[in-house]
Amino acid sequence: MELVKQQRDTASDLKTQEYFVNMGPQHPSTHGVLRLVLGLDGEIITKVEPHIGYIHRSIEKMCEHDNYRQIVHLTDRMDYLSAHINNEAVCLAVENALEIEVPERARVIRTIFAELTRLASHQLWWGVMGMDLGALTAFLYGFRDREMINDIFEETCGARLTMNYNVPGGVMFDLHPNFHKRVKEFIAHFKTKLPEYDDLLSNNVIFRQRTEGVGILSKEDAISYGVTGPTARASGVSCDVRKLHPYSAYDRVDFKEILMEEGDSFARYKARVLEMWESLSIVEQLIDNIPEGDFQAPTKAVIKLPKGEYYQRVETARGELGVYIVSDGGKSPYRLKFRSPGFSNLFVLEKLAVGSKIADLVAIMSTIDIVVPDIDR
Amino acid sequence: MFAINLYDFSGTVNSIHQWLNARLTPGWATAAEWAIIGISLILFVAISVIILVYVERKVAAFFQLRIGPNRVGKWGLLQTIADFLKLLMKEHITSKNADKFLFNLAPFIMVTAVFLGLGAIPFAKGLQIFDINIGLFYIAAASSVGVFGILLGGWAGNNKYSLIGALRSGAQVVSYELSIMLSLLTMVVFTGSLQLSQIIASQQDGWWIFKGHLPAWIAFIIFMIAGTAETNRGPFDLAEAESELTAGFHTEYSGIKFAMFFLAEYVSLFIIAAVGATVFFGGWMPFHIDDWAAFNRIMDYIPPIVWFFGKVAMLIGIIMWFKWTFPRLRIDQLLVLEWKYLLPLNLMNLILVSFIVLMGWYF
Amino acid sequence: MNAIVRYFAGIFKGLKTLATGMKVTGYYFSHARKEIITQQYPENRDTLQMFERFRGIVTMPHDENNEHRCTGCSACEVACPNGSIEILWQRLEDPETGKKKKTIDKFVYHYSMCTLCNLCILACPTDAIKMDQTFEYAVYDRKELTFILNKPGSKVRADVKE
Ligand code: SF4
Ligand code: SF4
Repeated sequence: MELVKQQRDTASDLKTQEYFVNMGPQHPSTHGVLRLVLGLDGEIITKVEPHIGYIHRSIEKMCEHDNYRQIVHLTDRMDYLSAHINNEAVCLAVENALEIEVPERARVIRTIFAELTRLASHQLWWGVMGMDLGALTAFLYGFRDREMINDIFEETCGARLTMNYNVPGGVMFDLHPNFHKRVKEFIAHFKTKLPEYDDLLSNNVIFRQRTEGVGILSKEDAISYGVTGPTARASGVSCDVRKLHPYSAYDRVDFKEILMEEGDSFARYKARVLEMWESLSIVEQLIDNIPEGDFQAPTKAVIKLPKGEYYQRVETARGELGVYIVSDGGKSPYRLKFRSPGFSNLFVLEKLAVGSKIADLVAIMSTIDIVVPDIDR
Repeated sequence: MFAINLYDFSGTVNSIHQWLNARLTPGWATAAEWAIIGISLILFVAISVIILVYVERKVAAFFQLRIGPNRVGKWGLLQTIADFLKLLMKEHITSKNADKFLFNLAPFIMVTAVFLGLGAIPFAKGLQIFDINIGLFYIAAASSVGVFGILLGGWAGNNKYSLIGALRSGAQVVSYELSIMLSLLTMVVFTGSLQLSQIIASQQDGWWIFKGHLPAWIAFIIFMIAGTAETNRGPFDLAEAESELTAGFHTEYSGIKFAMFFLAEYVSLFIIAAVGATVFFGGWMPFHIDDWAAFNRIMDYIPPIVWFFGKVAMLIGIIMWFKWTFPRLRIDQLLVLEWKYLLPLNLMNLILVSFIVLMGWYF
Repeated sequence: MNAIVRYFAGIFKGLKTLATGMKVTGYYFSHARKEIITQQYPENRDTLQMFERFRGIVTMPHDENNEHRCTGCSACEVACPNGSIEILWQRLEDPETGKKKKTIDKFVYHYSMCTLCNLCILACPTDAIKMDQTFEYAVYDRKELTFILNKPGSKVRADVKE
């Protein structure tokens, strides 16, 4: 902003005109149907106004008519890259309300799946980030590694993306016999490929220049905008729900919460890449220690939550997902609200992008890692 | 009738010339020669672009762990032809408030520029359309006309994305023109001539990339970077940065007009590679090692035209490798790269080369 | 002087990182034969093996006597979150006892609405329906995506108790 003003003052006899550009709803780098109205002064952004709602499906309203088992599968369709974690959030909320003791085995399975989901999501994000910045090949490499995780999911859950693997009380099926083997293969494979990610993008001088010092999010802003997830942790805000309020099996694994200081696009990038290492290590710690036992706790055929309000938060790949259930004692919630990470993260865009160039906006949007169905729900 | 000697085309060319002159008045004979040249150029461009697009897609696919086109014809060989036919049949859309004249003119300017540039390229011994004494300069001048096409196309489409793309491209081409010329100039200090046939002749005893050692290497690297930028290809494809500007300056174009931009891009890629091959790698000169007579004879056995296209293919491969590896630069970084790095390095290199040539420190 | 050193060091470091990147892609390019991971889909139909838990479509298995296990209890219809299943039942006279009994007439399944969530399968008390691994259901009209799962003339197997 300062820069814009400065330029205006120095070139006062030159008449420039601010103009508006519609970025989206169909645009290669809005990652879905998001519309940004950009005010531009030459290449410099003076205004960003996100217009959302293009794929609003009223999931929250639909939840009011579904029973608690049916709600779970709708959350697959919110942040489709963290499908498993979204499912888990709803299930945990219901379980806590009913005070169901989830079997150990189910908890560990859930944790492993959640971390694999996070890995898959970050891999896809990494590829897309490369593509947004013009390194088209990175995209395919990210997808190659994600494919292995998808195969693991498909073998055990029966679906690749909308898995619906959680049910209140545990998980839907037991692990597939091949699960261990495949996960170990994946860990071995990905440990050799993750350094390649660094070679290809993280250390690349062009990539560094494109991201370092671009879109700096201060700690204060991150907190006041309610930014969560790696985006906030890159600004030094400690907000990892897995660490602060451990759920499932996170209390028994040893992992670091990745915290960065810089808050620029590169820090956000780096935070996610480092998070991939952490997720790998979590999976490694748990894969050999899955306790025997039931994978599902017995539940009543019709689940009815006692009258009251329930809140559960989990850490998805994008940040903190909150599930807020108001129950009137019936078999479907009276009101259900999702606090989706993408929504809060998106609106920090205006803060970050004003004063930078269009190309920076793309980098910033990439590192905020938005998933539009999560914003619109 | 016209014996084709793969090692020296001047005989063939001369016999065609005589054959035509014997049958026609001199004026008509010249006209007929022009027609032949024109038709063969168009054919050459069409074929080479079809091949280049196919190769680009296959190369990209292999970089990206894909198979690439494989449905139309064996190994998808006919894919580009099918695409071309599709583009031919597509509707021409001109947006309502576009400047129609300029909008239609822009693709032609692009194509004309690259055709002009092709004129001076020596494809093989005796196979060159015209061999003027400022050949190198001429090619650079002709190919930089293409930027008018980009600017006009971006302006006339009445689309803000294309306008931004066009302005970016204007800044980019103007600055990288400098580098490309300076890096060629360093080599001209070695060769002592701007005439392409002379440049090739000066590499009879070894290519400049070997004879010129370090300075030639620096010039070559700078040439490759600037050449990639000049052809608007990744990582310098800011003018059409598809993740920022959807399709940049040709957002509004469709059908065959779009195909013309495409064609111009690939031909200018070819021109850059051809100039690089000519100046640094001896054009159609075979690879010789000083006194290995037997080896040299084997090398001579490979026709010059194969040498030329082999070198061009190698350089095109490197440029494609760039594109499929690197992220795109931002416009200000692009200009910083040119004015803060390439230009000073180039000037230093030029001084160094002049000194080396003065002292005779090259082979 | 320092600035000049830094300038050149910057150039070399930059070029080195670019070369590392090119090495990675270059490796994949030169080992493309080994590393290509895409599959040739319609060609590999014969060898394509879906995972046994893969959820492709809901089906109702019939045995050789054209009998299935569905009693028409509607548990799946209730469990389905989006109304993809409609159970149309009828009262038929039982030949042995002469009493009227509720049995299934048509199991209508709207594949176009199904989200393949597996809840109906879990809900079914008699394991009458299961997920099939086929997935090629592209059609030109969505009417074609409504299936009647119980075959015409099929009966409930005698050993299935409600
Ligand atoms: S799989 Fe789910 S959506 Fe499909 S019919 Fe069964 S319950 Fe309904
Ligand atoms: S399929 Fe199963 S649940 Fe559905 S009606 Fe038949 S028996 Fe009942």
